[in-house]
Amino acid sequence: MMLCDVIGTVVSPSEQTPALDGRVLLVVRPVSPTGQNATNKPRVAIDTIGAGVGDRVLVIDEGNSGRQILGAKDAPVKTLVVGFVDEVEMGGRVVYDHRAGR
Amino acid sequence: MLIGEVVGSVVSTKKDEQLESFKLLVVQVRDHGNRPKDQYVVAVDSVGAGPGDVVLYATGSSARQTIITKDKPCDAVVMAIVDSWDVQGENVYEKWSE
Amino acid sequence: MYLGRVTGRLVATVTYPGLEGVKLQLLEPLDEGGQRTGEQLVAACHLNVGPGDLVHYIDGREAALVLPETFVPVDVAITGFVEQLDVNGRAIPQDVQPQDAQPVSDVGSKAP
Repeated sequence: MMLCDVIGTVVSPSEQTPALDGRVLLVVRPVSPTGQNATNKPRVAIDTIGAGVGDRVLVIDEGNSGRQILGAKDAPVKTLVVGFVDEVEMGGRVVYDHRAGR
Repeated sequence: MLIGEVVGSVVSTKKDEQLESFKLLVVQVRDHGNRPKDQYVVAVDSVGAGPGDVVLYATGSSARQTIITKDKPCDAVVMAIVDSWDVQGENVYEKWSE
Repeated sequence: MYLGRVTGRLVATVTYPGLEGVKLQLLEPLDEGGQRTGEQLVAACHLNVGPGDLVHYIDGREAALVLPETFVPVDVAITGFVEQLDVNGRAIPQDVQPQDAQPVSDVGSKAP
């Protein structure tokens, strides 16, 4: 899993693989634990928790796990937003606190 | 398997129910010479690792090969705490050296 | 999944069984601002998209699951046509030209 910031939304209703029908797609960017720098290129992830732009989230990027969470056998899904990050602690210090707005 | 250092932990109360009960660690990836990379993984703990520990973690479907992650949606698991590590006959890490 | 833009088409007449009739498209990976982030890829495509279109794609084993025959050696596949993309409140236009647009040579003409 990785820590990501939700930075946008994607809509592709007319032409997409059927497994994505009815799913909300978010643009997420992997970030370091402090959230200061991006560590990888952005991804498009399926939302499972009701996350929105500005949220820091946990993203899983592995097919089998993704299919298990969605309960969708043989679906071409891989990148999913699976958790909402409340707090990140490093060296005994809270480096990200959702309530404090980071 | 890859080597990293546990640098922190993540608290997430609102998450998929299949992820409940997991202890989530932030692991910073190390290269072969024990130099930290600017790359992080959030991994499930299966051995009681904590901050400061140099650990082995597995990703992908191998991450589901521990009892606590079996058949769970998990793509990274910490499954060993490293005691020492040699590269080409040279010791690059020793847990008990201090 | 990642964002990308279709830059061209590719035709291969001899393919592994199961890939007959599967369209192959060239695409460039994009970042959230529509800038190219890496080398062009060849993606399998089972959707109605073509050069210039903004798309999302999937890589790895899951790519084959997009296709009608799912046990095929494919590692990148297009999963959808992006109709609207909003990043940090800013909409990225669909009609930005691909950075690497090149004239498509005729099928059958040999490259030097």
